[in-house]
Amino acid sequence: MNRFIVPIIGFAILVGFFAIGLNLDPTFVPSPLIGKTMPTFSLPRLGEPDQTVGSDDMLGRFTVLNVWATWCGGCRQEHPVLNRIAEQGDVPIYGLNWKDDAALATDWLRRLGNPYTATAFDEEGRVAIDWGVYGAPETFLIAPDGTILYRHISPMTMDVWKNEFLARIAAARGGS
Amino acid sequence: MIPELGQICVTLALCLAVVQTIFPLVGAHRHRGPWMAVARPAAAGHFVFLAIGYGLLTWSFITNDFSVLAVASTSNSALPLMYRIAAVWGGHEGSLLLWVLLLAIWTLAVSVSSRRLPEELAVRIIGVMGFISAGLLLYILSVSNPFMRLLPAPPDGNDLNPLLQDPAMALHPPMLYTGYVGFAVAFAYAIAAMLAGKVDRQWARWARPWTTAAWLFLTLGIALGSWWAYYELGWGGWWFWDPVENASFMPWLIGTALIHSLAVTEKRDLFKGSTLLLAIGAFSLSLLGTFLVRSGVLVSVHAFASDPSRGIFILGLLVVNIGGALALYAWRAPGLDRNAGFRMVSRETFLLVNNVLLSIAAGLILLGTVFPLVLDALEMGKISVGKPYFDAVFVIPMLPLVFATGIGMHVAWKNSDPGQLLRKLRWPAIIAVVSGVLLTALAWGTGPVLTYVGVCAGIWVILSSLRDPVMRLFGKGPRMTASTVGMQLAHAGVGLFVIGVTVTSTYSIETDQSIVPGETKQVAGYTVTLKELQQIQGPNYTALRGDVEITRDGQPVARLHPEKRIYRVQTMPMTEAGIDAGLSRDLFVALGDDLGNNAWSVRIQYKPMIRFIWFGCIVMALGGLIAIGDRRYRAVARQADAPAVSGTAARPA
Repeated sequence: MNRFIVPIIGFAILVGFFAIGLNLDPTFVPSPLIGKTMPTFSLPRLGEPDQTVGSDDMLGRFTVLNVWATWCGGCRQEHPVLNRIAEQGDVPIYGLNWKDDAALATDWLRRLGNPYTATAFDEEGRVAIDWGVYGAPETFLIAPDGTILYRHISPMTMDVWKNEFLARIAAARGGS
Repeated sequence: MIPELGQICVTLALCLAVVQTIFPLVGAHRHRGPWMAVARPAAAGHFVFLAIGYGLLTWSFITNDFSVLAVASTSNSALPLMYRIAAVWGGHEGSLLLWVLLLAIWTLAVSVSSRRLPEELAVRIIGVMGFISAGLLLYILSVSNPFMRLLPAPPDGNDLNPLLQDPAMALHPPMLYTGYVGFAVAFAYAIAAMLAGKVDRQWARWARPWTTAAWLFLTLGIALGSWWAYYELGWGGWWFWDPVENASFMPWLIGTALIHSLAVTEKRDLFKGSTLLLAIGAFSLSLLGTFLVRSGVLVSVHAFASDPSRGIFILGLLVVNIGGALALYAWRAPGLDRNAGFRMVSRETFLLVNNVLLSIAAGLILLGTVFPLVLDALEMGKISVGKPYFDAVFVIPMLPLVFATGIGMHVAWKNSDPGQLLRKLRWPAIIAVVSGVLLTALAWGTGPVLTYVGVCAGIWVILSSLRDPVMRLFGKGPRMTASTVGMQLAHAGVGLFVIGVTVTSTYSIETDQSIVPGETKQVAGYTVTLKELQQIQGPNYTALRGDVEITRDGQPVARLHPEKRIYRVQTMPMTEAGIDAGLSRDLFVALGDDLGNNAWSVRIQYKPMIRFIWFGCIVMALGGLIAIGDRRYRAVARQADAPAVSGTAARPA
């Protein structure tokens, strides 16, 4: 074989992998939790440390768990989207405030608006470990029976909300 | 209004880039003088409109026009002016516009200084560069428009990533991009030569200074990035093998091989196939670097919001540019390459070894960088390849290369007498081994064998590089050209670099201590006292500032002020390390986390010889600069103009 052809063949193989790599959603990290029941938790409520919020509160209807922190740029980016979703009122959003400072987090919600039905304050990140959280922001969709239906990594957008979350809720409702 | 004007300018630049591509390339193919004459004016216009467009974008940043999305997302009204200007390339869109602007500047430089070149070669080079620019401008205007409006405008911007708010980091991207883009010139030279079906010594002589210039910028750009990482990230590390760094390092390795391969092509009319391939490779890896960093294929999701439409577009650009070049190579290179004899002990052999080892290193780094992606594509899971792999695959080919460099510089072309070589290099070798072992053992104590090997290798290269210039100072030995002196200086820089890396990685002392203000710690014979901590206010951040006193045997050594900054807009904590820099060692103090009870975790590090790493890079770049200054790149080119033109005209159709 002609040795001058080798480089272009090597390049073609590389491009093949890149093309596949692009089609794989880079934000998709397979979660072993999808289809399983959500890990139970019970944490102090942000701003009201004497009260708790936990997985039991999220049963009985479709809910969303959004992992956020004030130190996370992506969270700030998605915050207006979460506010809009909350205004629509179809699905309650629970927050999991992750490895954060309670005062900063409370201030953040006061300034930017609070889309959360309730926010659990996970100061040491223990619950986040149970949920397999690897960065913020992450958002989970949970069915009324507590099954995790979907996990989205990276900031929420209205497109993702419609195509991935609302579509799954509609499908689950239609199927049951 | 201003951003729209900018967009019009960039659109006009795209139109001119298309003109700059079609007329010269077709004109050169059909030998149409008037068509070819379009090349230079088009390149000039292309530059002018891009410069205006870029200037207008910069204006939007300076005037805090937050109705422009790029401004709103990477700037802020509290940001100092210098960083508002740097914020232009702080985001994806602006940085690509800078990329294209730099390409236009290189094109302009080629077109201005190419009067001595055969007309067909010159306009083909300009045409190829126009082609590259047109593709990227199309990309910018279709999916990555920096002039995009954001209406209604937010009251203030999202601020520049605090990591980038630093003088070195502000300069790092333009420097790096100048290097990346500079390899486009060598790439265009290679394509033009293959289109003409002619690669000769004269061609290599013309291509050499351009390649060296690009390499010089890339060297400085990488060094600047490494220096920045060292003092800004707060870990005291200087290289992390992350995909972004690898993306800049691979073109550097291939570009280095290209410089050496071009030398063989110029002197001996050999290695033409590998020179062409390396020229394509250096720029391809630069483009790939842009792709890897910008598309989000490899980068973690939290670094850049990834956008598949951009990724697909860039992949298309890669296929057209690199795939096209490699197809041309597969078609044309077989007729251009030639084999000629050289003996085992000859400059050619050493340069061949050099090229092979550098290419292997680059290939293995590429493998490590894309391997996680490949596994993912094959659905074998997500993994990451880390530092141990890269350290190993880099050191294994590089260590023999460093030894060979010391010999290779003194080997004659074609055939060399081993006995004479031995006599010449006997003393530098002996001195290197003895002084390397003694110096290491006396200065820093015993270490692993590889440390001695590394220090000896570094001293060996330096002595071998300096042998001829020093002899010349005493009036002995032949006269030396600027390019020889530059070459030797650059190799001495490699030696300094090797010593720095070896000593720093073996003898650094890195400690994390819990410390209360007023408390004293002992590190590497130094007494470190945290005097006090106080709150200070910066223009767009608040900071906790430590006052650290360092003494040794009761004598004051340094007073450092490490800071822990919180930037207000992005509420991101940043570490500003306090560093006492010295030629033989750095003392590095960085504030860590609040441990409660008034205690702080403080990172205290002793880093011997770390300055040699960057100093070595600067010396390498300086060597490159001196080599570019060689008169023969200009003088000889002028004489050879006439025969070369007839040569290209007589090329096979």
